[in-house]
Amino acid sequence: MIDSDVFVQGLQDLGVNFFTGVPDSILGGIIEELLTRKAYTPAVREDEAVAMAAGAYMAGKVPAVLMQNSGLGTSLNTLISLNMIYRQPCLLLISWRGFQGADAPEHLVMGETMLPLLDTMKIPYRILSEQTMADDFRWMGQTFMKQRVPLAIVIKKGIVKGLHP
Amino acid sequence: MQSRAQAMAALLELLTDQPVIVCNGFPSREAQKIADRPTHFYMIGSMGNAAAIGLGVALAKPAKQVVVFDGDGNVLMGMGTLATVGALKPKNFIHVVFDNEVYGSTGNQPTISNVVPLEKVAKAAGYVHVERVFDRDDLVYEFKDLLKQDGPSMLLVKVNEFVEDAGRVVLEPPAMTARFMKAIE
Repeated sequence: MIDSDVFVQGLQDLGVNFFTGVPDSILGGIIEELLTRKAYTPAVREDEAVAMAAGAYMAGKVPAVLMQNSGLGTSLNTLISLNMIYRQPCLLLISWRGFQGADAPEHLVMGETMLPLLDTMKIPYRILSEQTMADDFRWMGQTFMKQRVPLAIVIKKGIVKGLHP
Repeated sequence: MQSRAQAMAALLELLTDQPVIVCNGFPSREAQKIADRPTHFYMIGSMGNAAAIGLGVALAKPAKQVVVFDGDGNVLMGMGTLATVGALKPKNFIHVVFDNEVYGSTGNQPTISNVVPLEKVAKAAGYVHVERVFDRDDLVYEFKDLLKQDGPSMLLVKVNEFVEDAGRVVLEPPAMTARFMKAIE
C-alpha cells in the first residue's frame, strides 16, 4: 500500500501546487495529508473544484482536483466546455467507487461506466498501483504538459493508505 | 433602469489591468464589444462557474484584485460557490452580478432572482461587503468604494433585459486562455 505522504510528496515533487476537491473515504488519507501540509482548498461541488483549478492554472498554478467518481458526473460539463475547449489541463484524482460491483447501490452504475466514460470524453487516464507508481507519476507530468487537457489517475480502495488502514 | 451594457461600460471605465472573468452568454459578448482587454477572460460555456474560476485566480494571485462579471442565472446555478467564497474570504475578490431576472441568452425565461436576493445570500455566506444598486450614480459610487476595500464583495446591479447587438466572442478558446495567462502573469 502507498503511504499518503509518499503519494502527496510525489505530486508536489511533480510541481502540483494547487489542490482542491470534494472528499471521498478512499481519498481520506491523501486529503488529511494535504490538510496537514496546508495545501488543500475545499470545494463544495466537483464542478466548482474543476473551475477553481482552471482559474488557478491560468494564474500560474499546477492544479489537481480530488473527487469520488460520482463527481465525474457532476463536473462533466465544466470539463467539456471549459478545460477541454480552452485547453486548460488539470490532474483529476478520482476514487473508483463501485469497483467490480462491490459497493453500495448508488456507486454501481458509475463504478461500471467510469472507464468507458473517460474514454468517450477522451480524458487520458491510468489506474494507480504501487508497482507502477513511479511510471504513473512520469506519465502525469508528461501528459499534463504535452496534451494540455484534463487527465485522470483512478484510485481503487486500498491502493493509497486511508484514514483507517 | 439601465441596461447591463451601460452598467458594464461604467464599471470597465473604472478598471485598468485587473483580471476580469466574464460569465457565458451575452455578458461576454457585450464586454468584448465595450472594451476588449487581454486581462478579460470570456467564458462561452461552463455556466455557473464564473465565480469559481475567479476564485481560483484570486487564490493563486493574492496581490491582484480579481473581478467577476456574473449574471443572476449563473449565480443561481453555482450558488454553492457563494459559500466557498464566503468561507475562504479572499480579500481580492469582487463579484459583480448583473441581475436582469431572466435567462437572456435562451429567450428571457424568468430566473428566480426576483424573489431571491442574491446579495443577501452572499452576505449570509460570509461576503464582507454586499451592495444592491439600481442607477448609474450609485453603481459608480459603490464600485469605486469596493475597489478600495478588502473583500470578498458583491455588487448586485439591477439591470433591464435589453441586450446589446454584440457578436460572438472572436478569439478561439485556446487563444483566449493563452492571452489571459500572459496578461495576468
